[in-house]
Parts: sequence; structure tokens; C-alpha cells
Amino acid sequence: MNTTTIVSIDHLLEIFPDDVRRDERSGYEGFIVKPDNLNKVVSDLRDKMGYDYLSSVTGVDYYPEPIMEVVYHLFRSTGGSALVIKTQTPRDKAIVPSLVPVYPGAELQEREVWDLMGIQFDGHPDLRRILMWEGFEGHPLRKDWREPYFEEDGKPFKSRWPEGKIWRSEDKNTYRKNIQFSPGFDPESWVPEGDAAIYAGLGVVEKRSSVSSVKTDQIIVNLGPQHPSTHGVFRMVVSLDGETIIGLRPVMGYLHRNHEKIGERNTYLQNMPYTDRLDYLSSMSNNFGYALAVEKLLGIKPPERAEYIRVIMAELTRICNHLFAIGALLNDLGAYFTPILYALEERELILDIFEATTGSRMMCNYFRFGGVARDLSGEIAGQIEKLVFDRLLGKIDELDLYLTKNEIIRARAEGVGVLTPEQAIALSTTGPVLRASGVPYDVRRADPYSIYDRFDFDVAVRYHGDVYDRYLIRMDEMRQSVRIIQQAIRDLPQGEIQEGKPQYQVRVPAGEAYGRVEGPKGELGFYVISNGKPNPWRYHVRAPSFINLTALETMCIDNKVADAVAILGSIDIVLGETDR
Amino acid sequence: MDGLGIIKGLAVTARRFFGTFKEDILWWGKRYYTDKGIARRMSSDVQGIFTVQYPEERIPTPEEFRFIPFLIYEENENGERLDRCTSCGICAKVCPPQCIWIVRTNDPKTGRPVPEPAEFYIDVDICMNCGLCAEYCPFDAIKMDHDYELAVYERQTNNIFNKEKLSKPLSYYASIRPINYSREEQMRLAAEAAKAARLAGKSQSN
Repeated sequence: MNTTTIVSIDHLLEIFPDDVRRDERSGYEGFIVKPDNLNKVVSDLRDKMGYDYLSSVTGVDYYPEPIMEVVYHLFRSTGGSALVIKTQTPRDKAIVPSLVPVYPGAELQEREVWDLMGIQFDGHPDLRRILMWEGFEGHPLRKDWREPYFEEDGKPFKSRWPEGKIWRSEDKNTYRKNIQFSPGFDPESWVPEGDAAIYAGLGVVEKRSSVSSVKTDQIIVNLGPQHPSTHGVFRMVVSLDGETIIGLRPVMGYLHRNHEKIGERNTYLQNMPYTDRLDYLSSMSNNFGYALAVEKLLGIKPPERAEYIRVIMAELTRICNHLFAIGALLNDLGAYFTPILYALEERELILDIFEATTGSRMMCNYFRFGGVARDLSGEIAGQIEKLVFDRLLGKIDELDLYLTKNEIIRARAEGVGVLTPEQAIALSTTGPVLRASGVPYDVRRADPYSIYDRFDFDVAVRYHGDVYDRYLIRMDEMRQSVRIIQQAIRDLPQGEIQEGKPQYQVRVPAGEAYGRVEGPKGELGFYVISNGKPNPWRYHVRAPSFINLTALETMCIDNKVADAVAILGSIDIVLGETDR
Repeated sequence: MDGLGIIKGLAVTARRFFGTFKEDILWWGKRYYTDKGIARRMSSDVQGIFTVQYPEERIPTPEEFRFIPFLIYEENENGERLDRCTSCGICAKVCPPQCIWIVRTNDPKTGRPVPEPAEFYIDVDICMNCGLCAEYCPFDAIKMDHDYELAVYERQTNNIFNKEKLSKPLSYYASIRPINYSREEQMRLAAEAAKAARLAGKSQSN
């Protein structure tokens, strides 16, 4: 590491006077870096200033201006707020240098930006489409791209009221007409060259010598897309030497619906129920992140009672999610359905509380800008109190007794899928995956939001970075969540639950905002750009399930193929969020 | 690695297994197919298995439960239906998947809009049950239903609900959401009283 330490961020401007300038557009923050020297600048940021953690990479299309922008959110793994770096490139020839050499965690995210925005990354090792399929025409997040069901650029659509002549989109765009192909593309005769590219991407096959002295064959195995352990439709292309994994490529996008394009057609409020459908096991956390981002733009804060209710709900969601994650991991390990059903029983009690408060068990749609949708009744507060004081801790202990010391689980999980702290940070992993590798990074502590700074809780951390620790850390976090809820329900104040009058059409001032929460699966960020119109100009989700998969190959290499299933289970992905 | 962990774990399974039978015996067979038994299985005091045998048993829907909107009508003394909906279009504008379609009524003589929907459609295939329409309706005219058993054999013909199919009486709303209903009634009465007081004040000052 270089000995010269830059003390403040402003020195960046002095060192690179020609390449770096402040982003002076109103409502924007951070620095704009010229693409030519981007790698040099971010290397300096990483090595000299401690910005070692690349959280989010996304693109913005400023059509009709001929500019595309790539936005990077950098953090220090020791905590603190974001450093926003941007680089601009002409729209018709959008190329920026890839940051994969500096931050390997940019790999999947840059592929996503290429796929959806059409910005090329020079020097990226494997720049292919990731969410859309190979024969797809265009880059859907560009502002001039229109979907087959296109009606208008922004909701509400004029046809709904007052004429209201009803029709179904599917009648206007019948089967086979509802899809757009590249010129000359024929789905009947098409052979998926994409697969050849995936296999080529596994190029490690030639480079590595045989792992053991026994003569083995190298083969490629597809785990998925339809596979009981993939938690949805997800495919792992694994290259094997005997039974040992020597290369792995994740293939995803089977559940892709372009959530972000839908989000840019929606008004701000209309987006709220859509965020439920990202990580559908923890919808309240999704609501939370999105509400924070828009509240940043609006410059409002919810009243006290709403803040407490938000924290209670977010932590209950975390417990739900971890119960599910542990149960599903045990399923993957072969403990078929008894552990998951024991875990789901407790989740069921929490879902009853969600249903009684929000109206729905999973698609809660509960948060509003500057508050929550409905008040928590005294009866339900009592139920929560009873649950967190009398039941949950005992049940978590029971689960602990039931599973943790089980010799089969330990044999399958200890030392498997190891991720070192350096790798975990470099690969942009978040949440339990990062903390199980010995990095005590929790957004609730590192960059506190809402009222988390008021509560007494510990950031769970484990140090081996294997599947077993990723299981244990979820146990720890559930106990911490119970602790937070105990304090929150004790201190829950009376009062308003909504700042100002509830509005269905919020006026959001122009600018950008990045709201992030510590979701159950990791850092869940929402990047929103407003241009003052009713619909967001740009809406991006930094999805932890998606970005944590960047580390999947590193975790799997040199493990046995049967362990790939356990390792995937220990990352805890939800395909609704991975594919968006 | 002496196998003690597995044995202790199996003891947990055994305790749960026998716990269910213990509950069954203590409840004298009343644990199933009774409202009390279902309430017990939903409470945090529950021991043993707590599966509910749908559709023979149903868990009670909480008041806030939401599924597919419906329109409220009131009845006057002559038994005529009066729609609460004024076709203001806020629900159609706030609807995230844009599944609400409203045709406004125009006065045949003047051609000006009348506050009453000529037709009101909801494409329930598209409705995402988010409840925003009910939340932002200024007239309490559209509310979320509790009926969740909507499966049909033919979605093409059945799943666009028109005004006829969507309309339900106020008494139905009062029965599924008593707390909300009484709160809204109180607010409405208070608003009317305030309006009357204001009018009275005005006429006095005149």
C-alpha cells in the first residue's frame, strides 16, 4: 500500500485536476471522472483513502441529451456514507473502462448495465447479456426503447379515465407478437450460441491442471434451471474435474420482468407495491429502502411512532427471512423438510401479525413516504410483545439445539465454501455472507438510518467464512433482531403515523438519492433520480441476492459438486430479487 | 463427533411429536374444527403442530385483509341504489398496474359530466391487491374485499369485473370491516356537523 495518505476527498481534485470535477447539477452529489483515467482514480480511492467497497454500479440514460452516465457508489468497509463517482460517455458510442480489475465485485453489475443500458465496459472479462436472453433486440432501460405493451411513457395512462373503454394488453399483442427480435433472428432455427459462450467463459478448464493425482475427466454439468436446490429458476454451469469444481458460471434472468423499467413508468407511490415483489420473503425491508430513498429526495422524516413501527416491522421481516433461509439451507443439505417446517411455524405467527396490520401476509405494501399506511393497533402490539418476549428466543434456542451441533450438518458445512474477508469485500458481498467472513459491516451500524442508532444491539460476526458460519450468523442475527424489537415495542410512542397529509401524487424535487438499508440478505439500495415529473427518471435496485452471486464461483472452486448446492443455499438468494 | 448432537436433535423432534398428542388429549378433541381450536393454533401459546386443514377449517380473516376491490352502494328509502363513487378517477390514477377503467356519465342534455360512473371495470387478472385505491378514495366508495376464493375455469370471460359485479351494499362493508366502518362514519358525521355549524355561522353573520 502506498504511504501517501489522502486526508480529504477534496485532494482528489488537486491530484487529478483535469480528470475529476464535482457534480454540480442541483440535487446531485459526488464527482464526475473522465472515463480515460477512471481506473487510476478509483485505484487511488481504494488504496489511499480506504474506499475498498464498491456497492452499486448502475447506468443512467439522459436521453434526449446524448449522454449516458455510469454511477458508482463506493463505501469504506469500516463504515461511513457513500462516495458517488460518475463517468459520462456519449450515447451512440457508450464505452467506459471496466472496474473489474480494481473491484472484482463489479463483474455481474457491469454485465447488467451492458445488458439493460447498452454501455460497454472495456476490459470486462466476460461481457455478455445477463438478464435478457441472447437474441433480444436493444437495451430495454434506454429511454427510447419501448416494450411491446407500450402505452405511454408514464402512468397514469389516459385511457383509464374518463373514457375507460376496456381492453386487454394481451389481445392487442397476441402470443408471438409480444416479443421483439433482432433483425434476421428466427426463434425456430436459432441455436443458443449463448451456451457456447458460457462454456467458453469457463476457460479455466484448460488452464488448471488436474487437482489430484488420479486421472479424471473434465466435464461440464448444468445444475438447473429446473433444479430443486436452486430456490427458483436459476442455473449454475459447473465445470468439473472428477467431482471437484474448477469453474462455475451463474446463469440467471429466467424471472426477469424489468422491474426498473416498470418502476420508471410508475409514479413514485405506485412503485411501493412493486418493491414487495422483489425479495418476496422480506417485503417490508424492500419498502423501507425505497421509502428512505424517496424521503431523502423529498427532505422529510416520518414521525416518531412511524419510525418505531418501521423498525419493528423490518426486524420481524429479518427474523422471517432468516428462519426461511436456515430451513431452506437444511433442505439443501438433505434434512428434508422437518427443519424448514419447524422454522416456518414461527414465521407463520409473524405473518399473521403482518396480515392483521398491513392486510397481506407477504405483499405488505406498508410503508408510505413520511410514514406508514396504517397504525399498529394495541392488540397487535400486544401480540408482538408476547411473541418477542415469551416465544421467539426459546424457539430459536430450540432450533439451535436441534441443528447446530448435529454432526452431519457440521460435516457437510464446516470448511465448505470458504470466502476470506479480503475476497468478501472485493467481491462486493453484503449482509450475512460478508459478516460470516469476519467483516463486521452492518449498514444499521456503519451508516445508521431511521432510528437504529437508538437501539442496543450487536453486529453479529463470524470468522470462518464457510457455510456453517453463514448458518450460525443467521441464528445470531435473529437473536439480535428480537433484542431490537423488545426495545422498540417497549419504547413505542403514541402519536401520528404519517408526516403531513397522505398524498397519492407526491411532488419530488429534482435530484438523485441513494437509500440503503440492511436487508435480511444484505445491503439493499435504491437509487432514484427525479427530474421533478410525477415519474422517476431513473430507478435502480441494488439487489443483494444478485450481487452476492458474484462470489459464488470463488466460494465453489475446489469444493465438490454436491457442495455447490449447500453453498448456494448459504448465500440465500431469492430469484424475484436476483432477476428483478 | 460422537453423535450426541444428532441424538439431542432427535430428542427435539420427539418432543414436538409427542407435544402434538399431548395437546390433542388436553383439548379433548376440540383442537380441530372449532373456532377456539383454530384461535389456539394461531396464538403464540400454541404447542405442537399448528396446521389448519383448509378448506374444512379456515383461519379467520383479519379486518385489514385485502383482496380485490369492490364498490360500495347505499340504498335510499325507495330501495334505489346510490353509488358512493363519483367517478373522480383517483383510484384509476393511483392504481399501480392500471387495472381500473372508469367511464364517466355525461348529462344527456348539457353534455357535462355527472358525478356517477356509467361503467366501472376492474381487470382482476391484473389487480395486484395493493389496496392503494381504497386507501386514497376520498369518498370511501371503493374498499378491499375479504373474499379470496376467486378461482374460475375460464379467465377470458370471467375476470373483467364490471360495475354490476363489483357493487356491494354498505351493510356488507360494515360487516367485514366494522372498526374501519365505524371510524369512517364518525368522521363523516363530524364533518357534516362542522359543515352545518359553518353554514349556520354564515347565515347568522349575514
